[in-house]
Amino acid sequence: MGPLVPDIISPNLNYVIALIIGGLFGMILEQAGFSSSRKLVGLFYGYDFTVLRVFFTAGIVAMIGVLGLFHFGLLDINLIYINPTYIWSAIVGGLIMGLGFVLGGYCPGTSFCAASIGKIDAMIFIGGAFIGVLIFTEGYPIFESLYKSAYIGTPRISDTFNISPNLFAFILTLTALITFYFVSIIEKKVNKEEVKFIRINKTNIIIAISGIILLILSVNFIDRKTYLLRLVQDEYFVKSYPLKEMSVDELAFRLLDKSEQRLQIIDFRNDKSYSEWSLPRSTLFTVDNLFEKEPSQFLRYRHTDNLFVADDEMVERKMAIVAHKMGFKNIKILKGGLNAFKKNILEFEPINEPKTIDEQWLNRFRSRAKVEILELIKKNKPSGPVKKKQKRALGGC
Amino acid sequence: MEEKKYMNPYLAGLLLGLLLLTTIYITGRGLGASGAIKSTVVATIKFIAPDHTSNTKFYQEYSKENEGANPLLNWLVFEIIGVLIGAFISGLISGRLDLKLEKGPNSTTRMRIFGALIGGLLWGIGSQLGRGCTSGAALSGLAVMSTGGLLVMISIFGGAYGFAYFLRKFWI
Repeated sequence: MGPLVPDIISPNLNYVIALIIGGLFGMILEQAGFSSSRKLVGLFYGYDFTVLRVFFTAGIVAMIGVLGLFHFGLLDINLIYINPTYIWSAIVGGLIMGLGFVLGGYCPGTSFCAASIGKIDAMIFIGGAFIGVLIFTEGYPIFESLYKSAYIGTPRISDTFNISPNLFAFILTLTALITFYFVSIIEKKVNKEEVKFIRINKTNIIIAISGIILLILSVNFIDRKTYLLRLVQDEYFVKSYPLKEMSVDELAFRLLDKSEQRLQIIDFRNDKSYSEWSLPRSTLFTVDNLFEKEPSQFLRYRHTDNLFVADDEMVERKMAIVAHKMGFKNIKILKGGLNAFKKNILEFEPINEPKTIDEQWLNRFRSRAKVEILELIKKNKPSGPVKKKQKRALGGC
Repeated sequence: MEEKKYMNPYLAGLLLGLLLLTTIYITGRGLGASGAIKSTVVATIKFIAPDHTSNTKFYQEYSKENEGANPLLNWLVFEIIGVLIGAFISGLISGRLDLKLEKGPNSTTRMRIFGALIGGLLWGIGSQLGRGCTSGAALSGLAVMSTGGLLVMISIFGGAYGFAYFLRKFWI
């Protein structure tokens, strides 16, 4: 599961990656024509909409791509950098940058590209940017109250407007496609070229088809968590889903077996119930943990049985189905849930006058198990919830 | 050498989008540019006047945020070095390496120098307030659907359109 930094790719290797990514970034920007200030500001005067096309296309592709990574469980949303929202600072800063854009003809990234191929105005621009940053850092007390005002955390647009991320991606993609169409017409008019409302050629057909594919993907890359939790709301589906089960007696037997190494108990009750009593070798889990990079590693150990427990078997089934759908193997559920375990083992009352050998055996085993397991529970100090060592990537500028 | 034509903008956009996606997948963060300028400024001031940086609020906060690491040992600094190399190679391949000052047809050299300097200066201040520029806040923010990033994006482009009319002598 991504991001690959810092565990799969070390922080030092990450610098090499930064260099490579930067190289590709510079090449793409330069090839797109972003090394020319006249081309860049053309957007604001209607004679060249290259910036809008590149920027919008890139934004949509990356946005739908990110939704896709979430959909396939390849990226942990809690670990990626989401730009924080300081309302006034963002607006004022943005407007200042907007003025800087039409005055300077570049933005910082493009100015580096342009300076690199010898544009003198870009070198002057970069000099100006250094002075600007210095004014900010030295004059920080003046800016500070604006800089830190109206902080509302790190919401995503879907949280702010309470819509699904897919709907937003769909609307934005549609907007982009419509905008692309109209800016081509505006561009032709401003440049006094012949205006044709429909031009069928190879490039335009490819663009239209790609646009439709992106629109379809935008609504289909539903967040996995939302999708799976919706799936397990159907009781019939949950009941009929084939899952491996473990009986309360088998659990009792394996808890008492000193050579037992393979059993991991994943407890899905709430914190309070868990701290009141919990089984030895059990770990407290929440449904969110299943979707997080670090905690979910825990379920990936080989040759282990992960027994999902909760008071009610239905809860166990739901969680196990979610885990199973996410590709976790060796998941079992406790038949009857912890309620059954409590009733049949921990509060076991021997059957009076057992008639069969089975009943006698059951009486003997469960009575012994009751005493010993209660002892184990008493000794077992709950290890608490899965520790979150997670740290978001630092990003932004 | 003849200057080659620019790449189709939609193709460039697709490639840039895929690059940004790969960046987020690998590093958990997006692309950026202005951060590299900030790192360089902080490193320079720290080198020239170490006492000043340890007494001044901004540098203290910066140092705390970055856990005291060397400001130049920063992801964006490496990325921007890459940008310079990449753009140079691209310019070399396409025959666009040329030392020149680009300006609008009705603009004078003096106007262009003034515009570039003040424009850069405004970006320097604005990108700090916006916590990122077109790449770090607007584009990368858009990819992860950050409300803050989108707000910056709308303000940059909205602002630019608003000011464009008054500055048209610079460009058309």
